[in-house]
Amino acid sequence: MSTVSTERLAAVFVEFADTLIDDFDVIEFLQMLTQRVAGLFATAEVGLMLADHRDRLTFMAASDESARLMELFQLQYNDGPCLDAFRTGRPVTNVDLAAAADRWPRFAPRATEAGFTSVHAFPLRLRKQVIGAMSIFGGASELMEADTRIVQALADVAVIGLLQERAIRRGEHLTEQLQGALTSRIVIEQAKGIIAQAHGVIPDEAFHLIRDYARSHNRLLSDVTGTIVSDLPRSARLLRQ
Amino acid sequence: MDEHIERVLRLIADEPGRTTDGGGVVGTLRRLCSAAARSLPASGVGVSMMAEAGMRGVAAVSGPPYEQIEELQFTLGEGPCLDAFASRRPVLVPDLTDGATHRWPGYTAAIHEHGLRAVFAFPLQIGAARLGVLDVFRVEPGSLPASKFREALTFADVAVTTLLDGQEQAGPGAAADGLDEVMGQRAELFQAQGMVAMQLGVSLSDALVRLRAHAYTQNTPLGDVARDVTERRLTFDSDQS
Repeated sequence: MSTVSTERLAAVFVEFADTLIDDFDVIEFLQMLTQRVAGLFATAEVGLMLADHRDRLTFMAASDESARLMELFQLQYNDGPCLDAFRTGRPVTNVDLAAAADRWPRFAPRATEAGFTSVHAFPLRLRKQVIGAMSIFGGASELMEADTRIVQALADVAVIGLLQERAIRRGEHLTEQLQGALTSRIVIEQAKGIIAQAHGVIPDEAFHLIRDYARSHNRLLSDVTGTIVSDLPRSARLLRQ
Repeated sequence: MDEHIERVLRLIADEPGRTTDGGGVVGTLRRLCSAAARSLPASGVGVSMMAEAGMRGVAAVSGPPYEQIEELQFTLGEGPCLDAFASRRPVLVPDLTDGATHRWPGYTAAIHEHGLRAVFAFPLQIGAARLGVLDVFRVEPGSLPASKFREALTFADVAVTTLLDGQEQAGPGAAADGLDEVMGQRAELFQAQGMVAMQLGVSLSDALVRLRAHAYTQNTPLGDVARDVTERRLTFDSDQS
């Protein structure tokens, strides 16, 4: 028995399939993934990190601001479920945050403070290699065994989507795609700073301006951030148009 | 500083100096190229400096024949190295006979004449702040194991820091590992980079140089400086140094 509805799950897989043949933007894809996984559960937020070539995890996407902060706390404190799932390559499920102070002395209290009561994390795997991890921050409800398998399956499909190849035989392809994905996240942060300064807003608001502009002009997020970082004097005026 | 960086720094430090080595950045980059060629292993390694405005040139190579080989991409105006710079991601070609002739007809022919069969190009960059490319050449066709791609990327990380140090008024070695100390606040560093670039009307690379110089002269961790910028406690003006 699973708590995830079959219809919802089917819809998510269809949307994934659509994304993968469409014009592809890695950050938007990961953003969509976190939101859809969150949507499978009654009360949950989801965050995702990828590792670079030196095994340093980097924040990539989150279903909402609270999940983004939870991911950033884990990086800052160097403890938390995402880090455990990444290091062990195994899912971390149904951890009661109130009882997790020993396991994650710095992360657990912050997550509890933010209103979360349970947490789960899943490794993002490509065969034997672990390339990142996805955390689910939730309420009191437990993930059933079947749910765990569903989320891990979604995570595995996401890796294939991220790497844009169904059978990745070439080791160099993984390096190219992962490095490209990590760089596009950095470019977004730099673009946020540029727009924040130009518009006198905080970087988070700048991100909303960039995203809204991309949507209303029917452009990819990476396309808009690429324009912003490549022509600084012009980007001061860009989002005012 | 993590173990990967430490290992690469040790390899560079152990690389014997040559009488022809210039001092400062160029000398360090020459030893970096030789150390990378020895360790990966590769037939030759080169570093080119490139700027958005089109200024470009070979900065260092592992040995004399590679000066000319590294120069080829600029002479011919095509090649994996130029593509890596433009696309902001590694371009890894394990076998130049495999489709590469269509992508870079002139470059492939020229590189064949030098007896080379594989080229791996790694951009030297922090997001959209681009400094150049590190090129790895091999006479044998074939991919590198994943661990060696990671090592090449770590050599590229050190090359980035070396190039940034070279631009810094504070002098070489200043806050050399500062970029690594900000792991938990990397997003803020990149946002601050964008903000400072706009405040000073300079490039993203120059903005990072200024942030690092400020951290060094004020003896403040780079992550704290970045946070002061994003939270608007610190502003850089063009008339202050």
